[in-house]
Amino acid sequence: MIEFQHVSFAYEKDRPVLRDLSFRIEKGEAVGLIGANGAGKSSVMKLLLGLLQGEGKILVDGVEVRKDTLAEIRRKLGFVLQNSDNQMFMPTVYEDMMFAPLNYMLTREEAEARVDAVLARLHLEHLKHRYNHKISGGEKRMAAIATVLAMEPEAVLMDEPTSALDPYNRRIVINTIRELDQTRIITSHDLDMILDTCDRVILLSEGRIVADGKASVLLRDRELLERNRMELPLSIMGRPE
Amino acid sequence: MNKMQKAITELAEMDELAAQSSPVHSLHPAVKLIAAVAYILVTLSFDKYDLGGLVPMVLWPVLLFQFSDIDVRTCFYKLRIVLPLVMAVGLFNPFFDKTVLLRLGNLPVTGGFLSMLTLMLKGVFCLMASFLLMATTPIDNLCAALRQLHVPKMLVTLLLLTYRYVGVMTDELAVMTDAYHLRAPGQKGIHISAWGSFLGQLLLRSMDRAQELYSSMLLRGYHQHFHYADIKPFRKRDAVTIALCIGCFLVLRSVRIAEVLGRIVVR
Repeated sequence: MIEFQHVSFAYEKDRPVLRDLSFRIEKGEAVGLIGANGAGKSSVMKLLLGLLQGEGKILVDGVEVRKDTLAEIRRKLGFVLQNSDNQMFMPTVYEDMMFAPLNYMLTREEAEARVDAVLARLHLEHLKHRYNHKISGGEKRMAAIATVLAMEPEAVLMDEPTSALDPYNRRIVINTIRELDQTRIITSHDLDMILDTCDRVILLSEGRIVADGKASVLLRDRELLERNRMELPLSIMGRPE
Repeated sequence: MNKMQKAITELAEMDELAAQSSPVHSLHPAVKLIAAVAYILVTLSFDKYDLGGLVPMVLWPVLLFQFSDIDVRTCFYKLRIVLPLVMAVGLFNPFFDKTVLLRLGNLPVTGGFLSMLTLMLKGVFCLMASFLLMATTPIDNLCAALRQLHVPKMLVTLLLLTYRYVGVMTDELAVMTDAYHLRAPGQKGIHISAWGSFLGQLLLRSMDRAQELYSSMLLRGYHQHFHYADIKPFRKRDAVTIALCIGCFLVLRSVRIAEVLGRIVVR
């Protein structure tokens, strides 16, 4: 469904961020994109969403990501930003959730029905008419996920979905991600969360794919992870002495 | 909470005030908008010495405060920063215009003093009318009304996004001010030597955040067309309400109510 074919990208000419990246993600897969800071994870997301333009080909459902296909591509992809404050710009959760459906030409009644369905599915009915500036960080993250799900995207992309959350809210977000039936691409340094939510992991280092395989296998490979400036997930490492 | 965070909270409180329900809140946004503009124009049209004619104009804000369940103290609290500026506009008039226009007993009242009071009142009334418009009409409804009145889409979108981005910029300013004060304890304000870099950083950070927000909008299907609130179509009843409001303002403008009342009392 999502395919990168020899994709390269650089912000500055002599400092490539991504080098000749090729991979394919099938419909319904949950893929964790991991790597140290500066490995190129966010750039992969932004290229896929058409927020950056690089070399090579990126295909979503067989449609190439190009300026003239962006509307079609973006309709299929929902992106949850790392900072929910940057995602929620309307006064209330309800208005924020209505934003995308209305842009996709649904009537107000249809949009509202969709918003209600998503809120019910995520057990967030109590947030519907709350003001964005008055909800907690955890609630805001869940509301941000809800705004994206209200688009009914075919794939959900998430940038550090559990960052800055307490254990309780982190668990809620993890359970929500697990229950999604869409294709999921998640970038994170929280390898325990990746292990909990993803079947497959793509490990990036210096803009290259250094490993691509089952999460349960790759995330147990201490040597591979340490070589790429990461550590085993705590759940695998065991409790520290 | 630092000053900036307070400002963000206050800005957000305006949205909450506007979301309340009352007879004034339920009026069509275009009615409130046109009435507010007409009120301001009529208020500004009074002569600089016509204090007696201007005073009855207070009836409109008083009426709105009554029917909107908004506390008048909230208004003055929110306007506390701009009110002194508006009041200061005519402060020097008494020094320039010393013609005695009337006497209160033995006390001479100069033209400068009268024009200062008139200017102050005009400013206060206009601010109150603007506040009441914002406090009883959500910004989305206001923008929808502007579109109904055929104001160009570009201008309306600009207004709405500016309103939203003010919060973003203030948010960044709050974080930066906190970071500064944590490393400059005991210092009041930002030292002049840091102003340049502070403003530069603020601009860069605000631009970054604005870019992220805009990306988030684009990724959710935004295509230069905002779906404002779903307001009712403009009906005959609304046109009548506007006509009534403007009629009242014109009566207040042309009939010297203070004099009429004075004559009745004297008689």
